[in-house]
Amino acid sequence: MTCFPADKIEAYLDNELAAQEDREMSQHLASCHSCAATAFGSRKLKLSVKRAASSAFAPSAEFQARIRRSVAPRSKSFWLPGLIFATAALALAFAFAVVALRPHPASQDLLAEATDMHVAALASTTPVDVVSTDRHTVKPWFEGRLPFTFDLPDLQNSEFRLIGGRMAYLSQSPGAQLIFGIRKHQISVFIAQENREFAPLGAGSRTEQKLNFNLETWSDHGLRYVVVSDTTMADVNALSGLLRTARPPSW
Amino acid sequence: MPDDRANAETFEALAMPLLAPLYNFAHWLTRDRVEAEDLVQETYVKALKGFSSFRPGTNFRAWMYRILRNTFLTSRSGLKQTVSLDDEDNAVQEPAAPDNPESLLFAQADEQELRRALDQLPVAHREIILLCDVEEMSYKQISELVGIPIGTVMSRLSRARQAMRNLLRERVHGVSR
Repeated sequence: MTCFPADKIEAYLDNELAAQEDREMSQHLASCHSCAATAFGSRKLKLSVKRAASSAFAPSAEFQARIRRSVAPRSKSFWLPGLIFATAALALAFAFAVVALRPHPASQDLLAEATDMHVAALASTTPVDVVSTDRHTVKPWFEGRLPFTFDLPDLQNSEFRLIGGRMAYLSQSPGAQLIFGIRKHQISVFIAQENREFAPLGAGSRTEQKLNFNLETWSDHGLRYVVVSDTTMADVNALSGLLRTARPPSW
Repeated sequence: MPDDRANAETFEALAMPLLAPLYNFAHWLTRDRVEAEDLVQETYVKALKGFSSFRPGTNFRAWMYRILRNTFLTSRSGLKQTVSLDDEDNAVQEPAAPDNPESLLFAQADEQELRRALDQLPVAHREIILLCDVEEMSYKQISELVGIPIGTVMSRLSRARQAMRNLLRERVHGVSR
């Protein structure tokens, strides 16, 4: 019985031995106490390193947002690389004035803004200003803070739960950000008064995916709703449906 | 333009999920938050620019790591840290300490100590351990990424792990071993 050198044993643990050698090693380890002890120690080190180093450093929310902006299609940074590009873009804008009148990317900005705010709220140490699972507490909290009012759905027969709410600004207009939970996910619902900036989104409901976040937005009785979450589109649609059918509660 | 946009969307969908692991790797290489952020940002900018040269069907993750690694090597901190390891790869292996109660050793070494030991390793050792144990790349992928033969991957890994064990042993049992 010949023992194996340490690097072979490690290669075995890394799943890097050829089939024949792998079999021989398995058999050898079953009978050789000393090699088995080495293998045991090496395996322990490998697992410990993975555990200790895997997510030792996490990118900050701001940094993630920065990268997201720099790779997002049609993001502003595409227009910044230099004067030449800016000039070319300007020329194009004139040449295709008609095209420029088509739906404005501002509507896309709104969705990106909502996504950013959702992430920022979750990363914040105080994600909500009013903490309550009771819609009868959350809704009145916004009274006097917002120039409009809205209705919250009854969640009793659904998987969703209300976590709380906070003030939010969507394209500079004051609005509500409500945070709901489903399983281990959180969902932000933004509600603000409809304005010209949002108009290109249209009144009907539309869904989008941004960086694995699912979004749904619609307009109803002069209010713009945006629902954002990392949960499934089905969940987002379900909560949106509940919000659309929300009626003033009978107190 | 529609092609560019479709490309940018594909890139975004492929690259964003790699942000956290790439950042973690960058931080381990540079050992500094700001430098790690610069490194990752530069990687994404370069990758997006060069995305048309990426061949679909090949490993996108490995491609991103290669860009990050090359960027690191030409960066200030990368240049400072990269001493040629070729000599060291051919050097005689440091002997393992004869007493070998390793399970005991790692039971006593907590996460902080493991991180500190990893941090103390020369960058090429730290890198190869991370690529193998954290990123779970195969020897072949590591060989292509680092640009060394598979045999060297195996011996460098083994040497790196031995150095790691020795550092942990010093930490746990005091300086004498």
